[in-house]
Amino acid sequence: MTSDLSIVAPAQTRRTVTVTVNGVRRSAEVEVRRTLSDFLRHDLALTGTHVGCEHGVCGACTVLLDGLPVRSCLLFAITAHGHTVTTVEGLGELRPDGSVRVSPVQQAFRDCHALQCGFCTPGMITTITAGLAANPHPTPQQAVDMISGNLCRCTGYQNIVEAVLRAAELMEDPDAPLPDEGFTDDPGETDRVGAGSAAGDVAGVGSAGGVSAARHTRGDRG
Amino acid sequence: MQRYVGAPIRRTEDVRLTTGRGRYVDDIAAGGPVLEAAFLRSPHANARITDIDIADALDVPGVRAIYLHEDLPGAVGEPLPVLIPHPALTAPRTPSALADGRVHHVGQTIAMVVADDRYLAEDAAERIRVSYEILPPVADLTMARAAQRRAHDDVPDNVAAHFEHEVGDVAAGFAAASHVIEFNAHPERSASTPLEGKGVFARWDADDSSLRVYTSTQASTSVRAAVAAKLGLPLVKVEVIAPDVGGGFGVKIAHPWPEEIMVPFAAMRLGQPVRWTEDRREHFISSAHERGQDHHVKVGFDDEGRVLALDVTFWHDNGAFTPYGIIVPIITSTQLLGPYKPGAYRVEYYSMYTNTVQVTPYRGAGRPQGVFVMERAMDKIAQALGKDRTAVRAANFIQPDEFPYDQGMIFQDGRPLIYDSGNYPAQLAMLKDMMGWDAFEEVRAEATSRGKLAGIGLACYVEGTGVGPYEGAHVHVQTDGTVDVATGLTSQGQGHQTMLAQIVADELGVPFEKVRVVTGDTRRFGYAVGTFASRTTVMSGSAVALAARAARAKALRVAAHALEASEDDLEIVDGVVRVKGSPDSHIDLGTVAVLSNPLRYAFDTSAQAATQFAGTEDMDKPPVAEDDEPGLEGKDYYSPIRSTFASGMHGAIVEVDPETFDIHVAKYFVVHDCGTLINPMIVAGQVHGGVAQGIGGALYEKMAYDENAQLQNASFMDFLMPYVTEIPQKELGELELGHQETPSPLNPLGVKGAGEAGVIPVAALIASAVEDAVGFPIDTMPISPNDLYAMRLRADAGELPHVANATAKPAPAGARSPSEVGS
Amino acid sequence: MKPAPFAWHGPTSVASAVATLAELVAGGAHAKVLAGGQSLVPVLAMRLAEPDHLVDINGIAELDYVRVSAGGDHAPAGVTVGALARHTTVLQHVEANRVQPLLGQALNLVAHATIRNRGTTVGSLAHADPSGEMTAVLALTSGSVTAVSVRGERVIPAAEFFVGPLESSLAEDELAVSAFFPAAPAGSGTAFVEMARRHGDYALAGVGAIVAPGAAGDGSVGGAAAPVTVRCGFLSVSETPLVLDLTQAWAAGPDATMAAARAAIDPGDDIHATAEYRRHLAGVLTVRAIRQALDAMGTEAAA
Repeated sequence: MTSDLSIVAPAQTRRTVTVTVNGVRRSAEVEVRRTLSDFLRHDLALTGTHVGCEHGVCGACTVLLDGLPVRSCLLFAITAHGHTVTTVEGLGELRPDGSVRVSPVQQAFRDCHALQCGFCTPGMITTITAGLAANPHPTPQQAVDMISGNLCRCTGYQNIVEAVLRAAELMEDPDAPLPDEGFTDDPGETDRVGAGSAAGDVAGVGSAGGVSAARHTRGDRG
Repeated sequence: MQRYVGAPIRRTEDVRLTTGRGRYVDDIAAGGPVLEAAFLRSPHANARITDIDIADALDVPGVRAIYLHEDLPGAVGEPLPVLIPHPALTAPRTPSALADGRVHHVGQTIAMVVADDRYLAEDAAERIRVSYEILPPVADLTMARAAQRRAHDDVPDNVAAHFEHEVGDVAAGFAAASHVIEFNAHPERSASTPLEGKGVFARWDADDSSLRVYTSTQASTSVRAAVAAKLGLPLVKVEVIAPDVGGGFGVKIAHPWPEEIMVPFAAMRLGQPVRWTEDRREHFISSAHERGQDHHVKVGFDDEGRVLALDVTFWHDNGAFTPYGIIVPIITSTQLLGPYKPGAYRVEYYSMYTNTVQVTPYRGAGRPQGVFVMERAMDKIAQALGKDRTAVRAANFIQPDEFPYDQGMIFQDGRPLIYDSGNYPAQLAMLKDMMGWDAFEEVRAEATSRGKLAGIGLACYVEGTGVGPYEGAHVHVQTDGTVDVATGLTSQGQGHQTMLAQIVADELGVPFEKVRVVTGDTRRFGYAVGTFASRTTVMSGSAVALAARAARAKALRVAAHALEASEDDLEIVDGVVRVKGSPDSHIDLGTVAVLSNPLRYAFDTSAQAATQFAGTEDMDKPPVAEDDEPGLEGKDYYSPIRSTFASGMHGAIVEVDPETFDIHVAKYFVVHDCGTLINPMIVAGQVHGGVAQGIGGALYEKMAYDENAQLQNASFMDFLMPYVTEIPQKELGELELGHQETPSPLNPLGVKGAGEAGVIPVAALIASAVEDAVGFPIDTMPISPNDLYAMRLRADAGELPHVANATAKPAPAGARSPSEVGS
Repeated sequence: MKPAPFAWHGPTSVASAVATLAELVAGGAHAKVLAGGQSLVPVLAMRLAEPDHLVDINGIAELDYVRVSAGGDHAPAGVTVGALARHTTVLQHVEANRVQPLLGQALNLVAHATIRNRGTTVGSLAHADPSGEMTAVLALTSGSVTAVSVRGERVIPAAEFFVGPLESSLAEDELAVSAFFPAAPAGSGTAFVEMARRHGDYALAGVGAIVAPGAAGDGSVGGAAAPVTVRCGFLSVSETPLVLDLTQAWAAGPDATMAAARAAIDPGDDIHATAEYRRHLAGVLTVRAIRQALDAMGTEAAA
């Protein structure tokens, strides 16, 4: 073999990267060193995916790449070009009337108090979503193994393991009752796009949730 | 009406946080034109800066500005404040926002680069050339105490503070004691390590000459005051908001950080929003650590194990700076006493400078160290006397009929250390029953048959919570019946918006879904202290209750007039004020809100609808009475006379592999008392999280500084924060929580704090259990298999005392260590 | 922590990849190959390395394969793993694990599932980390790496592939395109045992073991147990993957085996463990690995 210049792959420093995110083709022109996590968060304004360490250990940045959980902080956006990404914002089911039904995993997290500060939560939820797709009936030990690569500093993991089992239960029966006498303030199954619940806004930051949700309804070419 | 308080209401925060709609500081204005900052940080632990050359850095395209200390005018460049001065803190030191020619720890800020994005800012920071004169660093307490090197040029003995206090007469106590033992204890440095680091976003509005700052802080009100002072802005022109915060655990209580001054400064200078998001390495080398202390302990006791005299001297490593004063050693020195009443107690501490990251509170805030010392002492007393470890503790308990109990010291809130309520004997009985303490020998034997060394341990603590000076709350009933609540302290995942809404909903009689709570936003509430010391439920919980009661009282007054009824005949149920027993006579709370605000203009339908209640206007009185205000609001503050004391006890069964020395926590038990529970689900979650941090600190986490004060494990790869696999799990039957409630007489709800409870006794507990397994004393934390191996060799060589009744027996003289022989 | 700037190349064939590497290296550029990225990207993020060029091979579909050969005249029995085969793919490949069980036994211990979804087995070999499980497996099974450059293709046996800690014998412009793991010997048993501080961390010490029926073979020596051959591969206790034949030592008993292992290894100190502890631990894990391998073999040939 000789060094045939015509087959040398050219050097690129900037590139328009196109990724199908949560079912919608999204593009942005970025430096080739742009990580997938920064691309999602800052180029596509999908801030649900979080960055906790940028060296692949904590798992807060976990998204589904072609259905498999990966650390988005360890992928360059350009490597994901042409692929499919699912983030926490894309796990619910969009209904014809524009409302979103949250996924069983998301519902289970609410039911079981499986989050406190919420920073590790998107990475946990995507990881568990894929884990339950592969194993819909985990034992408690398998539930533990499913989240064994994600760090959480708030919950001690106790309620997250419970949420894995609860999500499996909800996948079988969406109306399975809560394990205790408590109740949830919102109807639990639906989550209106663009409208925070009365008690849902936080810390004076306004209904920014409505803004980001609106960005990726069907037909968005952003 | 008690419908919500005490119930495991699901959190309102979770609607957003499970669907990726949180708004953490790095999310603010994401996708928009925001400049990003990076900091050049010192690579040396102790050095003079002799030159800084930014020429190459300015060439990086996209760089907007580079700031050095010489660019900072007036107050901006002056040292950051000492937040909590104390007479014993004779040599306080704080950094400037950018180093003024001198750096005192690896990670200290030297220069700030602002660029179009973080990548470019880091490129530029890398090109800044700094010349240093490197000085020998003080890397640890041993070096600090030796005083042959100085962490600060003008603190010759490296002592920031020295304090001594005696309660009773220890000399007499030792003289009367039939037994005296001495030992050293050495908890190592660790850190809060929330998943989200620090971050600041600032936007200057030139039209309005006002500044808005979002910062991942535990004390937004105080940051506002500090930023306004530093930047020379009127307080009313500065807003500070704590957005969603991805964990704090204490590390976000110190303020203002250098970055909290620099980012707003740059935003004002450049006229564009600026953001700085701390990365993980920065968090390790430039936020805050805690826990490292060296203790020398002497305890004298009688034949029952009652402590007659306790003398503790310790050296506290406060790192390079003291912005938070000496709160941590104060807490160690006071909370060391735990649930006990020693005959006499003397404590002396030195807070020492080292050229390492500054030390400010981390969940527990000095208590884990104090509990470690006291609980090791209790175990050693039991061993010396051949007594059961729970019996020795019981002999020392403050009894239920001895409250309020005055320990004779001043606590971290500047108030007397007086325990308000508790029942320690009942806690111990509950714990022993839950863990099967008395039947452990069977468990031990079963583990031995599997080739494992099992051990059992316990640890007790008392925690002063709900420290003052105050918190306030504002409750505002809107015309549509929504209730807006604001309190100034902040949230980092504790579910405050849910818990406080539960209290207001019950106090006011409205549906929980109608209550919206905002925390940590100076636009909504201006006077606050902050979130720390497990104080939110006590302080803001009481404040919202009082404010809601005020609003309720006014609602009844206005409704009574509108319904032509007596206030005593009225009740509020589901947001409707009604005459008891007379269902047709009612008025919505929202309508009451309209009525309470006499308007000239009816600008919506609810205003119009209210006119049918015009009632009898008194033409001789003004529409708004002299002692009244328009609107249906209540505002109040809770200021406690002193802290309220929560308590708890943890137990554990561990298994140690006699060949590999791997340590497995097989079973974990918690009994705790935080008074009245507002939301038991949230409280349990707080305990779960604390236990995990405690196990991290007991077995895995320590900051590994080398002799040049370089942090060798500044990443999650080598700083071993536990995964799920390292923490005993309730779903596997490995963790159990028990609960006790002794309400506090000090606040209207009877609550005590719970935020730190889970972490406080864990290191002491694991030491107790491991010691029981391996048979030699464990007086350091964390403890690793590597450490146990080294100690086993020393024990076999006769260098360590044997712990009686432990699983592992001492090797016969001359025999080979079992660890060296194949099994 | 953002990487320093680099130029990116996205070849879609092996020929293009090696031509690109040759061109860059000839021009004196500092270039690195990006496959799984699970080891490389953190290094770039922390700016511990600042290559000018990244040759991203994730677009070379022809490299994503796992092939199992039953053996025969033309191909040795074993598993060939292409450079883009993710750890997860190899771990879940039933046939590959039947032929060489050490693959799955070791891969289960590599980091966490999410990392395994992107990390490549060949990439981890090229990384040549003496704390890596797969480097130990390649050495223990006497496997090899196939490398391609503009100068052609060569097969590098494991013993020549690992030169030093994080140093392989690949030339700067060579691309590792596959690795070959020979099949486990007939009738053998394998095991992989390690101890790490946290689940998924790099091991403080680790041992892989292959035990196979010895010369006598069928257990018919006067009622006594048949001898076995014992080979062990080590990780985290030497600068390059160490393989020991412990047949004689095992025949002399577990104490002798531990002593032999401890004498042969050269562990270092770090913040997690001392050399002494690692040496001690390696001995203990050697015996445990051999015992587990014997159980897998299904004999009672324990010493």
